[in-house]
Amino acid sequence: MSLQNIGIVYRKELREALRDRRTLISSLLVPLVLFPLLTAGLGAAISVLMGQAKEEIYKVMIIGGEDSPRLVDDLRQLKTIQIMPLAQTWKDQIVDKTIRAAIEIPVGFESDLSAEKSVTLKIYDYEGDLKSSLASGLIKEHLEGYREGVVKASLYLKNISPETLKPFEVEKQNVAPPEKVGGAAFGGVIGYMVILLCLTGCMYPAMDLTAGEKERGTMETILSSPISRTHLVLGKFFLVLTTSLVTAALSVTSMGVSFWVLERFHAFDKMGSDAAQLQLSIGLKQVLSIFIMVLPLAVLFSAGVMTVSLFAKSYKEAQSYITPLMFVVIIPAVSAMLPIDLTAKLALVPILNASLLCKELVVNTYHWNYIAIIFFSTCVYAAAALFLAVKMFQREDVLFRS
Amino acid sequence: MIESRALTKLFKDKKRGEIRAVDKVSFVCKPGQIYGLLGANGAGKTTTLRMLATILEPSDGTAIVCGNDVIEEPQKVRANVGFLSAATALYPRLSSQEMVEYFGRLNGLDEAILKKRIDDIFGRLGMNSFRDRRCDKLSTGMKQKTSIARTLIHDPQVMIFDEPTLGLDIMTARTIIDFIRECRQRGKTVIFSTHVMSEVERLCDTIGIIQSGKLLAEGSLAELREQYKENDLEEIFVKIVAPLQKNEEVA
Repeated sequence: MSLQNIGIVYRKELREALRDRRTLISSLLVPLVLFPLLTAGLGAAISVLMGQAKEEIYKVMIIGGEDSPRLVDDLRQLKTIQIMPLAQTWKDQIVDKTIRAAIEIPVGFESDLSAEKSVTLKIYDYEGDLKSSLASGLIKEHLEGYREGVVKASLYLKNISPETLKPFEVEKQNVAPPEKVGGAAFGGVIGYMVILLCLTGCMYPAMDLTAGEKERGTMETILSSPISRTHLVLGKFFLVLTTSLVTAALSVTSMGVSFWVLERFHAFDKMGSDAAQLQLSIGLKQVLSIFIMVLPLAVLFSAGVMTVSLFAKSYKEAQSYITPLMFVVIIPAVSAMLPIDLTAKLALVPILNASLLCKELVVNTYHWNYIAIIFFSTCVYAAAALFLAVKMFQREDVLFRS
Repeated sequence: MIESRALTKLFKDKKRGEIRAVDKVSFVCKPGQIYGLLGANGAGKTTTLRMLATILEPSDGTAIVCGNDVIEEPQKVRANVGFLSAATALYPRLSSQEMVEYFGRLNGLDEAILKKRIDDIFGRLGMNSFRDRRCDKLSTGMKQKTSIARTLIHDPQVMIFDEPTLGLDIMTARTIIDFIRECRQRGKTVIFSTHVMSEVERLCDTIGIIQSGKLLAEGSLAELREQYKENDLEEIFVKIVAPLQKNEEVA
């Protein structure tokens, strides 16, 4: 094994990569811009939009209610809604988003209440539309309050204490620290993003150094030099691995910095209560652990993408092979966002294991037994992929496929 | 010196089955001489030369290049060979000098010798004006000169040219032809393939006519004229190749 020859190939490939705009964009720009945008940008945007939606005064219509003036008056007191004159087209107006909801008060509602008959109030909304759902939620909450008032008045008249209906309280309390709450909610997304960027970081150079080299006709040039094919593929592989790791490192660092900046400027507090679950403190320890776990995965991706790309005759053909491969990576990486807990069996499933582990590492949870299984199993998969890539470079039918 | 001994290459094709691209081809190229491999497209020229350059491994037979067996010691063979073909392109994002330096380093040259050789070759080929220009910004002629410099950097004893003038304009092709002549003058063993009769007539000391992977005839131009009673090389070529082509068409 001549490290010198591998180094010569590596340095040359690095020089070319640094002069290639597409590699620079996929390996440097995307991870540096994506995370700040996702965290600060998207997070803030969601909070602002949610805040705006909540501050809006919703237009609603009341169907009926002529014989129930007290309820209608009570609804008019509600500051978050504006009662509009009833129109026959109220259903269409909800769908057209001209109004957000409608309340149907049945005939004789108040007299039935006095007679202690059970009656039903209906709220009509546009299911799936955020503002309509918020409006109907507000109305429902208000009507439930109104019902409680009616019940209390009735119990008072009968000399029964309201506590009779509520002999005990049920209270739910979170014991997890705020950063763990945020981690549980967003840890899966972070694992997914890091894994995906690790793949996208190595994709372009891997295709360029194999199929691209075939397409440009430089493969025959390099094969006519005295370097052995093993040294050649290793030199290329280390460059692809470098870009993958640089992308992963930048994405993890940019993620850490983004959350630190948000925390430092108390941006979460300013975003309102909904942003509280965004509170995620990612320290140096977590960044380093995620990076170490991503290392063998980067080897697996680099060698895997190089092997697949080498089959292709051109860069375009390589892209058509790699696109389905992306789904193979995305599906297990996304699965970590589902309520799945890491188990010994899942620790052996490539990509999914790393993704689930990222979720744990983000919230400072270290299951060392799983970490060991995941690290070593991924190392084995990575070694197998690298071995395959080296073997592929020895095959004439692959190198000179026509 | 190149000694090809029953060099054979088989390819597997899904539709056509096993293809004998090169079939027991034997010949000898001596230092200070140019051996021309003349054949139509698909005759087996490129495969033969790729085997001599150890880019492909022979299925049977072997070849000895500068005393090294192409199967046993392919790296040593490549260290003594300069290979240039229409398909050997340049790295677009490297400069002309970086391209040549890269191949010098791959050939194990130390930095002092590499610098001296680059200065010498670049001066000789008139490449100093574009030595720092990226290869994708070079004209065809400049690219060919860079390719020549790349093959010369390790001062190989054997030069292999696979249709080196294919698709080139007259002036650029002339640079290559002059370079092949210069290689002979410097005592190198030169083999080159072509289907251009005039190039063979102008350059070759020995001509080998190849068709369907078989070496059908061999000799100097004068010997072939004498043997086939024809003066025109094209007529000689047709006389040699036509019977085999007819047989293949019947089959």
